[in-house]
Amino acid sequence: MRQRAQGKSPLRRAIDVGLIGSIPALLLALVGMVDAFSNRYLLEESVSTGQVMLAVVALIVGYLAARRISLPAQTVATKIGYGAVAGLMVGLVLALLLFIGEVVGINLRKVLVNASPALYEILAFNQAPAVGMLLLALMGTLLGALGGALFVMPARLRSAIITGITVIILLALLRDIVKLVFQQYEPTTALYRFLFTPNGGLTKIGLLLAFLLPAAADYVWSAGRPTLDRRYHALPDGTQKSVRWVGLAVAFILLLLFPTIFGRFPSEAMNNVILLGIMMGLGLNIVVGFAGMLDLGYVGFFAIGAYTMALLTSPQVGGGMNFWTALPFSLLASMIAGIILGIPVLKMRGDYLAIVTLGFGEIIRVLVLSDALRPWFYGAPGITGVPAPNVGGMLLNNPETLYYLLIAVMGLTLFISLRLRDSRLGRAWMAVREDEDVAEAMGINLVVTKLMAFATGATMAGLGGAIFAAKLGSIVPQTFNLLISVNALAVIIIGGMGSVPGVVVGALLLIGLPEVLREFAEYRLWVYGALLVAMMLFKPEGFWPDEGHRRELTEHDPEETPQAPGPADPPLPPGTVRDRAAVARADIRATHTEDEAGLDE
Amino acid sequence: MALLEIENLHTYYGNIHALKGISLEVEKGEVVCLIGSNGAGKSTTLKTVSGLIRPRQGTIRFEGEEVIFLPAHEIARGGVVHVPEGRRCFAQLSVEENLELGAYSRNDKAAIREDLAHVYELFPRLKERRKQYSGTLSGGEQQMLAMGRGLMARPRVLLLDEPSMGLAPVLVDQIFEVIKTLHDEGTTILLVEQNAHMALQVADRGYVIQTGEIVLSDDAKALQHNEMIQRVYLGLA
Ligand SMILES: Nc1ncnc2c1ncn2[C@@H]1O[C@H](COP(=O)(O)OP(=O)(O)OP(=O)(O)O)[C@@H](O)[C@H]1O
Ligand SMILES: [Mg+2]
Repeated sequence: MRQRAQGKSPLRRAIDVGLIGSIPALLLALVGMVDAFSNRYLLEESVSTGQVMLAVVALIVGYLAARRISLPAQTVATKIGYGAVAGLMVGLVLALLLFIGEVVGINLRKVLVNASPALYEILAFNQAPAVGMLLLALMGTLLGALGGALFVMPARLRSAIITGITVIILLALLRDIVKLVFQQYEPTTALYRFLFTPNGGLTKIGLLLAFLLPAAADYVWSAGRPTLDRRYHALPDGTQKSVRWVGLAVAFILLLLFPTIFGRFPSEAMNNVILLGIMMGLGLNIVVGFAGMLDLGYVGFFAIGAYTMALLTSPQVGGGMNFWTALPFSLLASMIAGIILGIPVLKMRGDYLAIVTLGFGEIIRVLVLSDALRPWFYGAPGITGVPAPNVGGMLLNNPETLYYLLIAVMGLTLFISLRLRDSRLGRAWMAVREDEDVAEAMGINLVVTKLMAFATGATMAGLGGAIFAAKLGSIVPQTFNLLISVNALAVIIIGGMGSVPGVVVGALLLIGLPEVLREFAEYRLWVYGALLVAMMLFKPEGFWPDEGHRRELTEHDPEETPQAPGPADPPLPPGTVRDRAAVARADIRATHTEDEAGLDE
Repeated sequence: MALLEIENLHTYYGNIHALKGISLEVEKGEVVCLIGSNGAGKSTTLKTVSGLIRPRQGTIRFEGEEVIFLPAHEIARGGVVHVPEGRRCFAQLSVEENLELGAYSRNDKAAIREDLAHVYELFPRLKERRKQYSGTLSGGEQQMLAMGRGLMARPRVLLLDEPSMGLAPVLVDQIFEVIKTLHDEGTTILLVEQNAHMALQVADRGYVIQTGEIVLSDDAKALQHNEMIQRVYLGLA
């Protein structure tokens, strides 16, 4: 492909990049995201975040065009020019959409539901179509050029500008939450009034400040960072450790103050991130990430935990236990379910395992939904009246107090995950994940090891389910659908398979973002897809892969990796040494050949 | 009584009759090699001994005890350590983690540390690369790792499946050098090899397997001078 592209003139290639880049722009417009975000304004009541999305696409396209096409020897103006051409193409394609829809008047809505007059209005900047098309072309060119300029400028400046842009976009997107949070206190209310207009986005000064301050901070930080790093590493080991502990302590205190600082709505969002993202992710990570068994029926254990809790506690169905008495039964029930599912699938691998577990998740949902079992599980209406968890005499029935329970439980599951990862059992899981036969030949008991993974993962899901039931106060069968398993799986894939911190990052991205951005919720699966594709292309090992933090047999080795490679063989370049992507890819190939050759060899 | 006694072993893959009554013995401290052409059943023999496949008929006695009904991980714990064909390192774990897993069924920490040092002594290359993901090692390094991982289990008998496969001549020499060292240290080894020339040089005795049957067994020296062996396996006219 490279070679074919080489034959084209640079201008043609810039046009190509622009045309390819216009596809995501069109897609954003035609799936309705641009329209959905049109009520959040960036600046006063003029620039909407829907338009900003398209602008960001043009900007990125300009940057990529400059990076791909320009040669080091070319002048700055030429490089920026490539960006401008590519950006212009994005603008022109959008203008074409406007032309077809508004000027020619072809009704695209029969096929593309979201090609609405509202969309055209946004695209035309609320002007007449002709003017709008001109503006689109102009804006595209400008933004493309800006993208090109970003490529040309020094990295530090680029990083500062990108930080500034990110902050203003986030402020605009999160205006409602910022408002809620800021209006809790006097001084911050004043600050909010200063930064934002009453009904629209940021004020002009607000925009300027929100851009300049973070950008400046980034600039200064990136300048000072190397010196800071050096100073830090020059500190004695003990001091380094204390610095890390102080950092952790500050983070912990901030975590504890979260509900006080941010109030109800963000706490509720956090609760969902912890419950549905982090806890479910950590549990599934043990089965999928550590032990390498693809389990798509994970929601089944969540449901079992939730139903056990509801049946034992809700007075409506003759329960009557409190949360803490019922909790062990929830855990036990899901753990047993984990083992029961585990036994028949012991010999299965890969795709077969995925299908069978998928079926298991559905069976649980169908069972609790069924009319035949209504006397026990109460069918479609579900169970109400589940009491909230109590601590001492206090009921944790609001997001702010529940938050503390969730933080505590999250801490526990994080701790367990980390300890398991570094334990003997954790090593056995990883060996089984990598190669079952060899693991067995190393003396690892496959049956016990796999069942332990299923049981541990299931228990964590049961814990999540129990809290889920108590948190909502009622449960209905339809909640426990495939999407919950998919969420958890996407969280660990995005974060990085088998990586514990990755789960946290993945949960914040995949559960947190849709929570705070209501508009996103509708496009949740779409965003998952886009994120997964982007990840496979740019970071196939996940956003926070599992590296370092590995227990070692010889704790302290005096000759810490001496750079003395054998004479026959030059040292690998630094990148290749820990290139998990390459390993992952090699692994995929290896699995394929293994499949073709049957179970052995 | 030999350390490992195999008698009349019949192993099937579905309908394929891969081993048709194999019998062989390995004495304590011996290096015994099993040579044969592609598909003769060498790997199958080792897999049957280590319990990865079940034979339909026959007996395998290790230190006088029948092990045929034991699951593979228990056979491994008993000291029968299989280093499978094609290296098969745990790609996403580091070199050291691979070695550590070799010692999975042991808990004598101090001795494990000694053995690790010993493996690094046998394969200095592994020590240099101890933090590297084993999936990014070269083929030769992976073979060293696979052998090292096997040694970490303190094998009573080591089953080596084609350790020289696909390696450059220099590395082949190196691997056989290690086998010789292990022999001198008293390790019992059942060695499967296509490289009959090298194998017969390090081995005490040898068996020749053809389509699932042992067709010849003798001292390594004698086999080296056997006319049929010279013609078929050593490529001498
Ligand atoms: N998993 C399997 N399923 C079916 N048949 C198999 C399987 N593994 C091996 N075989 C067959 O069993 C016979 C013996 O195979 P084996 O792997 O033991 O040969 P080998 O002597 O190790 O050969 P090579 O030197 O090529 O490794 C072959 O005919 C092979 O096709
Ligand atoms: Mg073989």
